[in-house]
Amino acid sequence: MRFSRLLVCGAILLTAAAMPAQTPSYKNVGRTPTKEEIQAWDISVGPDGKGLPPGQGTAKEGAVVFAAKCAVCHGPDGGGKVGPRIVGTKADTESLTTLHPVRTVGGYWPYATTVWDYINRGMPRNNSGTLSPNEVYSVTAFILWKSGIIQEGDVLNEKTLPKVQMPNRNGFIPPKFSDIPDEKKRGCTQGVCP
Amino acid sequence: MNPKQSDRRRFLKSGAALAGLAVGAATGAGPLAAEPAPERIDDLHLYGERSHFVNSVRTGSINNPERRLEHEPVAFGLRTPLQDSVGMITPASLHYIVSHGFEPPDIDPQEHRLLIHGMVDRPLIFTVDELKRLPSVSRFHFIECHGNSTTAGPGGPERIAPNATVQDTHGFTSCSQWTGVPLSLLLKEAGVQKGATWITAEGADANKHSKSFPLAKAMDDVFVAYGQNGEPIRPEQGFPLRLVVPGWQGINNVKWLRRIDLVDEPYMAMMESSRYPSLKLDGKSRWFEFELGPKSVITYPSGGQRLPVPGFYEITGLAWSGGGAIRRVEVSADGGKTWKDAKLHDPIAKKAHTRFSSPWEWNGEEAVLHSRCTDDQGLVQPTMAEVAKLWKTDVEFFRKTSLVVGDFNAIQPWKINRDGSVQNALF
Repeated sequence: MRFSRLLVCGAILLTAAAMPAQTPSYKNVGRTPTKEEIQAWDISVGPDGKGLPPGQGTAKEGAVVFAAKCAVCHGPDGGGKVGPRIVGTKADTESLTTLHPVRTVGGYWPYATTVWDYINRGMPRNNSGTLSPNEVYSVTAFILWKSGIIQEGDVLNEKTLPKVQMPNRNGFIPPKFSDIPDEKKRGCTQGVCP
Repeated sequence: MNPKQSDRRRFLKSGAALAGLAVGAATGAGPLAAEPAPERIDDLHLYGERSHFVNSVRTGSINNPERRLEHEPVAFGLRTPLQDSVGMITPASLHYIVSHGFEPPDIDPQEHRLLIHGMVDRPLIFTVDELKRLPSVSRFHFIECHGNSTTAGPGGPERIAPNATVQDTHGFTSCSQWTGVPLSLLLKEAGVQKGATWITAEGADANKHSKSFPLAKAMDDVFVAYGQNGEPIRPEQGFPLRLVVPGWQGINNVKWLRRIDLVDEPYMAMMESSRYPSLKLDGKSRWFEFELGPKSVITYPSGGQRLPVPGFYEITGLAWSGGGAIRRVEVSADGGKTWKDAKLHDPIAKKAHTRFSSPWEWNGEEAVLHSRCTDDQGLVQPTMAEVAKLWKTDVEFFRKTSLVVGDFNAIQPWKINRDGSVQNALF
């Protein structure tokens, strides 16, 4: 949520005040944006739900939006048309060990927040930014319901969405974010990580 | 076609018409097109065109589904014609393009802004002109798609075909001199707060491409570029601003850069959650592989070319590594049995294409050419068998799978046949 995010930033600011002060070195280059400017630009959504705006939606509501705005590319059931298949199945997740793995939103993506984020930032194609937060929550719910991940009546909002367990959530190495940055420690070589 | 392009085409056609008139007068043929002549003939020379005898072009397509014809094959992007390249710079007009199906946005640089915010003491917003006032760097760097030279995926069949050209096999890498402001300078101005460990960068394209990477890299050698090969970055390459993230997978080099958010974890954007994690045969995906390994390829003689006669040839190609500068390139003309050190051409820059060459006399018999490079970390470009070992599989896997094997840097063999034709001998 944006409001809570500001609070978090505020808390960090207080801690930072204890650190040696850094001052800008280049006079009159760049300016301080207003809070409203940042809010208008900041569409980042983290895997833990940071940045999700208030709002809610269900698969039932999402079906209406999906039929009107998404089905033209992704097919009526999200099975793919001009756009890729997004609804995933258990078989997709099982295909990941085969020579022909299928990576779908429902079958592969590790976080439900990414579904929300990408619909919000990029969809509908070439017309992004036109869906309200409630519509984004409901389309997300529709895709997750169609993929067998949530129930049709489940309400997705800024609190419940980050808690949705995606089927392939544990399919990523290294499991901990803090272990990602040091590629040497991970044993990566030749662009390949073990 | 935008108005400027159509103007330029008109000028060119008019130029041809004028030339035609002169010829026509001599041969008695009638005048060509009745197009208006340019107001000033010198306008033709204001922005240079290459000779009309030169026709080297990118191949592939943006892959915009709205423009794709019904039976047009799905392409991954547009590839650089490395077979025609000389030196180590890629002309901006031939730089490879991967934009996941989206057209480059048409951005007015006066309107464009870069916002830096999140876990910083002072959020900052910059105009492009303001960024140009700051201390700058100009550096040679390659940018390479992690899917370059992969054996599968949309370009897989062309890449492994015996008649593949080096454009088909390796065309998703290009090298430019990029000019811009170190990201570390901008982040110091903003004052990075304790606890910030990642950045997430965002473009102004239609799907607002977003990519996370560790703060340590951002503070190391990343820069916000506005220049490419001595001119403003081309629209397809991110005009007016792009990130240059040296040596790391191309997807990190966010084009049309408009926002950098300082955060405390990767933000799991669409690309880093879907296509870019490296899925291995155990069904587990290695997410966030960043640094590209050492790679080289012979660009002449290469697939689809033909040696007209036995005799002297200079074998030449490109080598690069995400780990640093190229220290050594070796060339083999007998399928990897014996190797000879190639000459490295200046400039030899870190995380940049390096041109190499090696003299060779072709005796008219079958030959298989290989190149392999070593970077300044001592890492040697692997053979197919060695790549397979890293993937815990066999060589055949790369032929059979439909998985896009990222960061594929195996040695590329070119077979010279007795008739002088050159073919792809990867398998």
